[in-house]
Amino acid sequence: MAHIQVPDGVPGIRSLVMFRPESGQYLYELAQLLLRGESPLTEAERELIAAYVSSRNECVFCMCSHAAAARHLFKDKKQVVDIVLDDYKTAPIGDKLKSLLNIAGKVQKNGKEVLPSDVQEARKQGANDREIHDTVLIAATFSMFNRYVDGLASFTPTDPKAYEEMGARLGEKGYVLPKQS
Amino acid sequence: MPYIPLEDHLPGITGLLEYRKDTAEPIRALTQFLLRGPSSLTEGERELIATVVSYGNECRFCTAAHTAAADILLGECDTTGKIKEDIFTAPISEKMKALLTIASQVQKSGKAVTNESIEKAKLTEATDIEIHDTVLIASLFCLYNRYVDGLSTVTPTDPNFYKGLAERISKGYQRLPQGYDHLKNK
Repeated sequence: MAHIQVPDGVPGIRSLVMFRPESGQYLYELAQLLLRGESPLTEAERELIAAYVSSRNECVFCMCSHAAAARHLFKDKKQVVDIVLDDYKTAPIGDKLKSLLNIAGKVQKNGKEVLPSDVQEARKQGANDREIHDTVLIAATFSMFNRYVDGLASFTPTDPKAYEEMGARLGEKGYVLPKQS
Repeated sequence: MPYIPLEDHLPGITGLLEYRKDTAEPIRALTQFLLRGPSSLTEGERELIATVVSYGNECRFCTAAHTAAADILLGECDTTGKIKEDIFTAPISEKMKALLTIASQVQKSGKAVTNESIEKAKLTEATDIEIHDTVLIASLFCLYNRYVDGLSTVTPTDPNFYKGLAERISKGYQRLPQGYDHLKNK
């Protein structure tokens, strides 16, 4: 049960933004800009970073929903998502994305963990300023979302089908504030 | 030296918010609402939450900035020092002790928040909105601290820098309508 009186049966962050839509509107706006707005990283790659950070924070709701969104967006290459969550170093993805996931994993622990050598490696693999910036900001933003969702003990569905539907919705429609019931 | 090119006259978070302005907008608006919007917690109390979390994340820039902002809003410089040493002996209300405890748990992980600490907050008559806002402010500063340190932004060492910054943010977190060019060569 959630720590505060959120609407019954509504999962994760949706229940929290329905409880407090005044702050919720900005959270959804930020997610939409970061994960669907203009960026040199694809939407699938950005969802993968979000899922990876959430998995390291052990935030089951965020990990499952963003992994589902990433699978939807990766289409016929969707199997990479689970390999990345298991061990990204062995995943069939480019070295640039691997170097960015390394940075995201450092940010998940603490900003100070990101060393000049991590950034040098990303640049060597062809990452530009905006890709490095967006990776750090996505990882930092999910360090917020994960804490918000788990810190208030919001409802985490256990049925994988629920996440498949969520992933398809996030993949098709993006981040749309839920209607107040 | 920052890992990406940022404006020299805008150390810490400001250079990042000017680097990518579209995402800066909801980040600023969220901060304005949570720390300066209508609330049963005072602006000073909400800055204490930001201070405790930034201190826990060892983010020197954010800790100095929000300590200075809290000092202005509380009208004294004693409390910010004491909450960093020990929340429980600091000169703050029982409710604030309970809320800062929750914020410190959020700083570690969302999962670190215990039922006991929530119950304790409710016993001090903290409302659901106060608990919600405490968790979201603490989470938001986990974003800020990582953004600022993850891109290795400059942390000024001159205390006067933070006084100036705190005067600005004690009035609000929105982008200045005229931008920040007036801070060049200062």
